[in-house]
Amino acid sequence: MKFKHLAGSLLAAALSLGVAHAEIRIGVVSSSTGPIAMVGIPQKNTVALMPTKAGGETIRYIALDDGSDPTASVVAIKKLISEEKVDAIIGPSGSPNAMGVIQFIAEAGVPLLAPVGTAAVVLPMNDQKKWVFKTTQNDGLIASALLDHMVRSGVKTVGFIGTADPYGENWGKVFADGAAKKGIRIVAEERFQRQDPSVTAQALKLIAAKPDAVLIAAPGTPAVLPQLALVERGYKGRFYQTHGAALPDFLKLGGKKVEGTVLAASLMLVLDQVPDSHPSKKIARNYVAAYEKAYGAAPATFGGNMFDAGLLLERAIPSALAKGKPGTAEFRSALRDALEQTREMPATQGVYNMTPADHSGFDERGRELITVSNGTWTLVK
Amino acid sequence: MDLQIALMLAQDGLTNGAIYALLALALVLVFAVTRVIFIPQGEFVAYGALTLAMMQGGHVPATVWLLVAMGAAGALLDGTAALRAGQPRRLVAVLGWNLAYPLGLAALLAALPVATLPLAAQVLLALAVVVPIGPLLYRLVFQPITDAPVLILLIVSVAVHVAMVGLGLLFFGAEGQRTPAFSEASFELGSLTVSGQTIWVVLSSLVLIVALYRFFERTLYGKALRATAINRNGARLMGISPSLAGKLTFFLAALIGALSGVLIAPITTVYYDTGFLIGLKGFVAAIIGGLASYPLAAVGAVLVGLLESFSSFWASAFKEVIVFTLIIPVLLWRSLTSHHVEEEE
Repeated sequence: MKFKHLAGSLLAAALSLGVAHAEIRIGVVSSSTGPIAMVGIPQKNTVALMPTKAGGETIRYIALDDGSDPTASVVAIKKLISEEKVDAIIGPSGSPNAMGVIQFIAEAGVPLLAPVGTAAVVLPMNDQKKWVFKTTQNDGLIASALLDHMVRSGVKTVGFIGTADPYGENWGKVFADGAAKKGIRIVAEERFQRQDPSVTAQALKLIAAKPDAVLIAAPGTPAVLPQLALVERGYKGRFYQTHGAALPDFLKLGGKKVEGTVLAASLMLVLDQVPDSHPSKKIARNYVAAYEKAYGAAPATFGGNMFDAGLLLERAIPSALAKGKPGTAEFRSALRDALEQTREMPATQGVYNMTPADHSGFDERGRELITVSNGTWTLVK
Repeated sequence: MDLQIALMLAQDGLTNGAIYALLALALVLVFAVTRVIFIPQGEFVAYGALTLAMMQGGHVPATVWLLVAMGAAGALLDGTAALRAGQPRRLVAVLGWNLAYPLGLAALLAALPVATLPLAAQVLLALAVVVPIGPLLYRLVFQPITDAPVLILLIVSVAVHVAMVGLGLLFFGAEGQRTPAFSEASFELGSLTVSGQTIWVVLSSLVLIVALYRFFERTLYGKALRATAINRNGARLMGISPSLAGKLTFFLAALIGALSGVLIAPITTVYYDTGFLIGLKGFVAAIIGGLASYPLAAVGAVLVGLLESFSSFWASAFKEVIVFTLIIPVLLWRSLTSHHVEEEE
């Protein structure tokens, strides 16, 4: 009996202590299981490395998994808002998942930092999307780097193959817009599925159209399959990949057959080759080192997107604390305003300059042109 | 589209069709003998391929720990039953298969330099790890509910599928893997280049189909399985153990699945959840065979493979839609031409 009493009062003391120390609660939703787990796993792992203090207050992260299911993302977001009373949310991992939760976070007035690929979460800006900040480069930014390279190397016709999901669809659209402006013709447009046992048919169709170059838009290792199929069928043109292919496994799976591929991505792949003057170099290097120490492997870029969300919050929290107490609507609203004020903030992916119209905030410092040379990533000079 | 492209597409379709045919045969077999619609069939494809890839990466494949865990559970169940019945010799056999074999295999994998072994040895080891999961799965999951209605067996089968996909993610990680080809040779047939791996896939499928045919026609165990498929109660009265028939069926299904996985791993990137889609296409083929006819299922599989290949060429964005829509006219045709038999409860 006595023990129970003691335990009870201790518990009460602990609870009141928790209230007295107004900690900042950040919800995290990632897809560490399900079809996009390759994106979600490095993101989930990164949570443990993110800042734990800001403006003299402790930050506590409450991480949930949505199993890559958009419905589960909504449930998780609602739980974080109503039960955990979070001040901000980082996540979810997938583009459709993020699109589905925007209306709920806007309703509750909770800032959302989305580490997702599609620019649709922040463009076109409206009353709901003003609560969303995106920590990845817009597809358009990457596409313009690739297009510039195509123009420089005299590419006139391009074949496009992308995954039959929002990533591939959005790339198809963004790239077609950009190509039209640069006078590059898209002569074939194909789709494939991540689990396809073969993309031979699509490869044949691309080859039949005789493009100067082929652009492959797929998130993660699926980007390898079309390239191998094309090489095996004797395609000799140049290959372009998106930032979706920017991960070590791309080289491992592709081997010699991806030699010479050109892609644009954040500097994380070519850290050692980037000049020391690049504002992101040190931050990215520290992050990669911390990740390697904790998990024994280098993180995919997706993890860096998550880490940047933590850095953005760390920068914004002190000024928000001046306007309200954590856990209140004033604090959340001030946090949103502070995030929008972010200027010249270097992080792992590049330098953020948020404006009311641009909630992704990258410029050309957020992308590097990279090629595969002798089996390693090499910066294009 | 000229003749050369058509030939290439046909070749691609036949290669995939051969894999779908194997899976369709396994699905028909499992359904005929145990009435289980075996959704996790595809998972064995992924497990087989990724276990091989993991060994080539120099790791002890994590699937062997699943085997050890399932073996321990099986040993506990069958061991206590043997003890209660007072059959010490049966106990020895139970412990030997369920405990000693998985542990011995794990020790062997840990001791051998698996990454540098010849490919054939690696394939055999991968099969040795993955295939016994089949009969153990039957023992632990389906044997306790052998008499349940088909619907319950289907629901349990879906549950097993979800569990196996989740474990697959845990074991192999989210990224895909490829393995080196069995042979780098390629042959010129007129204007057509046929890769060695394609020939391997088609030949292995044919050999396996012929072997299965011989097994069912010529051997006692094969005949026992056929008898069980035709009439479960009658077969039991003739002294055929339904649990033995079940385990044997699942053994064959796991063998076919894992072998398919090993065969396609050099052709495509295999992910922990690749198997499901491949399994589903095998299922479409099995449906064409009415879940009963082996030759029709095999023909259906080739049809699915060709349809997939040609529709990828014409309309790659709608490929899956076209392949899976095939099932509607087939079901219509089947329900119009065959008499519907209510399942006895």
